Amino acid sequence: MRDHGPVRSRIPSIAALGLVALAGCSTPAPPPPAPPGFLEGTVTVFAAASLTEVFDSLEPTFETAYPGVDLVLDYGGSSGLAAQIIEGAPADVFAAADEATMQTVVDAGHALEPEIFTANRLELVVPAGNPGGVTGLADLADPDLAIALCDAAVPCGAAAQALLAAAGITARPDTLEQDVKAVLTKVELGEADAGLVYRTDVVAAGGAVEGIEVPEAADIVNRYPIAIVSGTPNGTGAHAWVEYVLSDTGRQALAAAGFVTP
Amino acid sequence: MSRGRLSPVVAVVAAIGLAFLLLPLAGLLVRAPWSELPGMLAGGPVLEALGLSLTTALCATGVCLVLGVPLAMLLVRSAAWAAVPRRLLRAVITVPLVLPPVIGGIALLLLLGRRGILGQFLAQAGFGIPYTSGAVVIAQAFVAMPFLVFAVEGALGSSDRRSEAAAATLGASRWQVFRFVTVPLVGPGIAAGAVLCFTRALGEFGATITFAGSLPGVTRTLPIASYLAMQTDPGEAIAIALVLLVVSVAVLLLMRDRWMPGVRS
Repeated sequence: MRDHGPVRSRIPSIAALGLVALAGCSTPAPPPPAPPGFLEGTVTVFAAASLTEVFDSLEPTFETAYPGVDLVLDYGGSSGLAAQIIEGAPADVFAAADEATMQTVVDAGHALEPEIFTANRLELVVPAGNPGGVTGLADLADPDLAIALCDAAVPCGAAAQALLAAAGITARPDTLEQDVKAVLTKVELGEADAGLVYRTDVVAAGGAVEGIEVPEAADIVNRYPIAIVSGTPNGTGAHAWVEYVLSDTGRQALAAAGFVTP
Repeated sequence: MSRGRLSPVVAVVAAIGLAFLLLPLAGLLVRAPWSELPGMLAGGPVLEALGLSLTTALCATGVCLVLGVPLAMLLVRSAAWAAVPRRLLRAVITVPLVLPPVIGGIALLLLLGRRGILGQFLAQAGFGIPYTSGAVVIAQAFVAMPFLVFAVEGALGSSDRRSEAAAATLGASRWQVFRFVTVPLVGPGIAAGAVLCFTRALGEFGATITFAGSLPGVTRTLPIASYLAMQTDPGEAIAIALVLLVVSVAVLLLMRDRWMPGVRS
């Protein structure tokens, strides 16, 4: 099972704090004044689990560009991370998988001016070789095919429901899974002939599955907002990371992972 | 241990142990949306899931009885075997207890799925197993089997075989020995195993959702319904969990003391 809450990685940040503290103790002389634009300190980013690969790939180049900054990435389900930030978790930046979740943090006064930085959309996924001969969304209504969808109670299921409603298709699912990765697993194992997952999931699954673009899905996208958490002690560092994600480098990494331009 | 007084240290630690088991359940009771409970439970989906859970868990218990009792007899007999096959047999029977249920579900898919080692032939013959209520029963039986086997093994192992021998020398037929000596001796152990097996099957989640899937009325059992409700309405999830808890506790309370493993009347 997945989505059991955020993946915690406190140890690196504690270790980093310890190092900073040690460095402070061992240098009796005041440090030389930092050059203008030079950043330091820890930047803690809470990010939706679907951003894991992209943000991990951006971390080394960001830390090379800002050698004084230690970036700590903490991934999890967006709503769980939002709840933690509202409860006072020490995050500097929050990147959510949907706008509604970000809005709960903004409404609670914990985030400033979120900016949409990328988007994800649904795609049909079939096992390699497409044994069911699936060509489009309409095949989801075929009772002879094994169809796996997300349950409407989870975000990918809500998106699938909206997509099918917009396309006027009554799907005949054989199973309504608890999260998007469970749908992907069923298709990877060939237990389902087709499923609806996010485009990034298809890219991440590699050669085990094939994606079929769904023109109807162009209008139903999950837009990902990013925002600086209000009251962060490292506002300049947080701002640098947001700018980095929004930069060409960030956009290229997102596109490579299957994200689409919002 | 005799039935004398417990030492205070043991009593205190036992109380902590009891609290450890009981307090999470108390949390469930405190957070339950009592006023909305009737409305939530009267809804079709919960009753549907309850009906499916009870039916499949009963069937799984039946499967475990048919396959598990002979397996328990084999396990008792294995005491006379060499160490390697004896330990191997016990390990194989223990595997479902220690395997994460989701992995058990994947294993079942690889065997019986539409592309599984056996499942592909079944699928070609028109007997696709995944996504059916039968798959739910298989997943539950796989996970619950050890509970039955070990309970029955305990009963068989502790029963006095000399009673059977004595009955036979006194002229009883094999059927009479089985009916009037063996069954009364091991029956309670089998009943205890069946009850534990049933409650384990009732609570099964990971193997079921992985192998059978989750479709209302077909494969969505109470634990799966509870998990999905947690995504949108934790109150409803707690309500469903309470139903599961009430059914399981009721079944365990109905069990007579002497059927429980380890209790000697």
